[in-house]
Amino acid sequence: MDNFYLDLAYLVSAVCFIYGLKMLSHPKTARNGNMIATIGMLIAVITTVLSGTSLDIKMIAIAMIIGSIIGAFFAVRVEMTQMPQLVAIFNGFGGGASALVASAEFIKNSENFIMPGQEISMLLLISIILSLLIGTLTFTGSFIAFGKLQGLVTTKPVTFTGQQLFNALIAIIIIAASYMVPTYGLSSFYTIIILSGLLGILLVIPIGGADMPVVISLLNSYSGIAAAMTGFVLYGAGQQSAGSALIICGSLVGASGMILTQIMCKGMNRSLANVIFGAVGGDDSVGASGEGQQLNIKSYSTEEAAMIFDAAEKIIVVPGYGLAVAQAQHAVREVAEFLEDKGKKVLYAIHPVAGRMPGHMNVLLAEANISYEQLKDLDEINPEFEDCDVALVLGANDVVNPAARSDKSSPIYGMPILNVDKARTVMVNKRSMNAGFAGIQNELFGYDNTIMIFGDAKDMLTSLLNDLKEL
Amino acid sequence: MDITILTIFVLAVFVGFEIITKVPPTLHTPLMSGSNAISGIAIIGAILATVVDGKIGMWLGFIAVIFAMINVIGGFLVTDRMLKMFKRK
Repeated sequence: MDNFYLDLAYLVSAVCFIYGLKMLSHPKTARNGNMIATIGMLIAVITTVLSGTSLDIKMIAIAMIIGSIIGAFFAVRVEMTQMPQLVAIFNGFGGGASALVASAEFIKNSENFIMPGQEISMLLLISIILSLLIGTLTFTGSFIAFGKLQGLVTTKPVTFTGQQLFNALIAIIIIAASYMVPTYGLSSFYTIIILSGLLGILLVIPIGGADMPVVISLLNSYSGIAAAMTGFVLYGAGQQSAGSALIICGSLVGASGMILTQIMCKGMNRSLANVIFGAVGGDDSVGASGEGQQLNIKSYSTEEAAMIFDAAEKIIVVPGYGLAVAQAQHAVREVAEFLEDKGKKVLYAIHPVAGRMPGHMNVLLAEANISYEQLKDLDEINPEFEDCDVALVLGANDVVNPAARSDKSSPIYGMPILNVDKARTVMVNKRSMNAGFAGIQNELFGYDNTIMIFGDAKDMLTSLLNDLKEL
Repeated sequence: MDITILTIFVLAVFVGFEIITKVPPTLHTPLMSGSNAISGIAIIGAILATVVDGKIGMWLGFIAVIFAMINVIGGFLVTDRMLKMFKRK
């Protein structure tokens, strides 16, 4: 294919990706946006197959069919609660693919790199090494993240003495090995791959389960950066058109992952460095600390709660991950629909870290047929609590803890929270009085305007609905 | 060293930041799975790698095509599955 048409085809596909992502700015247009991005990918693949010289079409077709079957199987079978695991493992495959392409190019050029007097393309060598490093690290790191989310690897931070120093040492050896590529060729290459893989594992194991949203976002970004680096590899190897396409797409993904990483860090009031090196945020079931003042809590039955709802006009539901664990999204919608039929206004307040990945809670609620127009993010919803009659907190704890606003000694101080305490009545449903992720007691539960309803979220909502109907 | 390619890279990063900041938090999960699929663009590098001389390079390309394709098909399908659920009353 003529180079001009080749460039043009890749340009069209890049425009499809950019326009597709742009259409993700509204739920109404998002689905078509995804379709346009898919078409962009189709154009890119067809162009590449047509442009390649002496390609083994049969082999490529077989690989594509295998990949499609595996990908489709995961995509169709995955539960919405398992979405973080799926994205984690897909990130891994993306990074892995980039590292493999860089490896193939390295092997193809290995003689050029070690032959004395040969002109070495520095751009090619540096981009191959970066692509190998980031791609391999993303691959192994993502599998550890997947394991942690799936419960195959402990969600507790795994640490050992001198860990940081050990990681630094690995990084130094990788740099040294990169310098020695012209001398040792393939041996340096294998060293870089093995150590990059090890580094990926070591960077993810010390990160606790609660910090996983940050890690997946970061690995998402890495998979994009790896693709961009592979683009530089192709460019350096003489495939300018394909290289530019990879650079553009990889940069888009890299930027996207970076933004999501920042949002997640802000949602927890943590710096990225603190998440990566802090080794905090352990298991889901952190025991109550036991210290602190005794809270004076009021425990209500669903019958009494129903009466409060009957008098309310504006209700804000605050879902936490506990809600999804209890599979209670549909029960929430049924209660909300009943209240709406009575002319009451129901909104949902979604904290950035309510789920296990960015936007996770929204997907879980959308799955239960809750309208996206009712889902409000932190900045939108906080002013609404002032004139809200009932804030119904379901399985959320730290994200509604007022200590984050006032108590400087609290570990979550400074974290943005949902101001549920401003509501006339706060109803908190929990299984028990256990503390949340951060392992700290929540003074909200002892407030005068707070009432507690203990029990499983789903059972509580079902019985609440019955009581509402009987009124 | 070619400055054209760096120009493309830098501008693409800016475009990325501009469009992604406009995506509402509600759609952040589909954004992630969708951009994941886009990072499967490595597939075109993988396809081209299958012609790399030597046998090993070819097989690396073969595995890379499988990996990237899992990313592409899985990513776009699961994104569509999620976006289908976002409805309005």
